[in-house]
Amino acid sequence: MNLRTKRKLINKTALVLSLLAMTFGLVWLLWILVEVFRLGVGGLSWDLFTKMTPPPGTEGGLLNAIVGSFIMVGLATLLGTPIGMLAGIYLAEYGQRGWLGSVTRFINDILLSAPSIVIGLFVYAVMVIHMGGFSGIAGVVALALLVIPVVVRTTENMLILVPNSLREAAFALGAHKWKVICFVTARAARAGILTGILLAIARISGETAPLLFTALSNQFWSIDLLEPMANLPMTIFKFAMSPFQDWQKLAWAGVFLITMGVLALNILARVLFKEEIKR
Amino acid sequence: MEITAASPAVPVSVTTDNTATPTKSRMPGPGSVRKGGRFGDVLFFNLTRTFAVFTLLMLAGIIVSLFVSSWPSIEKFGLSFLWTSEWNPPMDRFGALIPIYGTLVTSVIALVIAVPVSFGIAVFLTELSPLWLRRPLGTAIELLAAIPSIVYGMWGLLVFAPLFGQYVQPFLQATLGNIPGIGALFSGPPIGIGLLCAGIILAIMIIPFIASVMRDVFEVTPPLLKESAFGLGATTWEVVWKVVLPYTKVGVVGGIMLGLGRALGETMAVTFVIGNTNFLSDVSLFSPGNSITSALANEFQEAGSGLHSAALIELGLILFLITFIVLAASKVLLLKLAVHEGAKT
Repeated sequence: MNLRTKRKLINKTALVLSLLAMTFGLVWLLWILVEVFRLGVGGLSWDLFTKMTPPPGTEGGLLNAIVGSFIMVGLATLLGTPIGMLAGIYLAEYGQRGWLGSVTRFINDILLSAPSIVIGLFVYAVMVIHMGGFSGIAGVVALALLVIPVVVRTTENMLILVPNSLREAAFALGAHKWKVICFVTARAARAGILTGILLAIARISGETAPLLFTALSNQFWSIDLLEPMANLPMTIFKFAMSPFQDWQKLAWAGVFLITMGVLALNILARVLFKEEIKR
Repeated sequence: MEITAASPAVPVSVTTDNTATPTKSRMPGPGSVRKGGRFGDVLFFNLTRTFAVFTLLMLAGIIVSLFVSSWPSIEKFGLSFLWTSEWNPPMDRFGALIPIYGTLVTSVIALVIAVPVSFGIAVFLTELSPLWLRRPLGTAIELLAAIPSIVYGMWGLLVFAPLFGQYVQPFLQATLGNIPGIGALFSGPPIGIGLLCAGIILAIMIIPFIASVMRDVFEVTPPLLKESAFGLGATTWEVVWKVVLPYTKVGVVGGIMLGLGRALGETMAVTFVIGNTNFLSDVSLFSPGNSITSALANEFQEAGSGLHSAALIELGLILFLITFIVLAASKVLLLKLAVHEGAKT
């Protein structure tokens, strides 16, 4: 075999392997989605949305868990988004030079990938211990702390994309910097920032680990934020690990709901972002 | 990006301040714009800066609070906590060796699988795929990262692990199990769940992170370099291996570190499939074990005594410090590539 054929052969092999790697990745995605669909759709029923989580062996639904999840995710988003946006605005508009901007950017990127279970421990140490027990509000704080880094990152990235000529035009009209930021740059980056918020919601909707030591879960209906609060991920965790068939069926239905919700949010965010880039 | 230089309008307002009438309307007259604006500028700057500092305080708060809460355990066991394997809540004796071992082993397995696969995916997406397919395929891989970890966990425990124990583990035992040396890694009963199973599921979870970093850094290679190599008659593979990879290797390592950081801290998926036992008798990857995160997830609510929960929080602190170092290294490497790229253009 001469050198030329050998090189061609190596090239072919490598490219075939890379095709296989791509297939490998897609197969897992498809396999997981197909199984979640197959096992989850069977558990869908009217009861799922109207009845409480049952004791083993009886009929029931996931109403309290679904409502609890909505409450906690909603409040966490409301709490975390403004903080994240303001910090992101600082990084993009004031912190391009100087140590505070670079340090914050660095730390924020680390927090973005930091283990969520540690955030749960942190909230446990500073809130749950002092409040005397697990509570919905502690869960909200833990989730909000996960929202912040995501929103900071996307807000900064989106604001940087806004052309400087837009800022200069506003300044030339005599506008003050805060007005330029609030009414010109932030408005121009609106869709992008919204994308970040959607991705943050998608991320916390499925988070279980930070809720283990904060909101815990609740077998019963409770919307009192000072009590342990039912939520989908923790309910799934408990039901999936149990040996009871009907609990496992409910867990699959819950997994189906979460997966579909999270994928829908992700796809929506991508579509929004694409529109933003086109404009 | 020079925004501040473009705002000489700000100090001008000083002269007109006294004549301005304060109004709260959204479309104020010219004078009040300046007055409200000046005050607003200071306020807004400080407000945004406060929340930027908040991010830093969050990091400091995590480290300090975990340190304080785990102090009883740090004080009692000292550094020997790190290499003691006994984990005995009734006797109040705790050592972190088994969870640390489990975390490291599962993460290494995940990297061994995920790195070559991610490299293949990145090569496919940048060099091989037709243009119209790049976006959908890239999105599909990224969606793999969007699936919540509890879904991976439940799927892993109820769908993947049984099949893995029934078909794959016996196959591994029959082929690799007889090789002296590494054969011991594949010994023991094939029960599905265990360190190897957890490592494989972690691999699937970190592939999207590593692959998308690799794809992004591959794309920064200057086309001129690649075209020169092609012009000299290099094959696609030679261009990737001898031009693109050397140019981007800092970023590639950064991406791998990012994946490692993710793998170390992953909780729910691992908790479902690792087997959760604090006893480890052999080196087999088939045996069940425990990781830092799964120990926390399983035991924390039941940890009655002060020392038990302090020991668990110390595990959390160790995990946070390790991931912090890994992620910081990843970030530094990726920044280095960005600077490098800036210097070239």
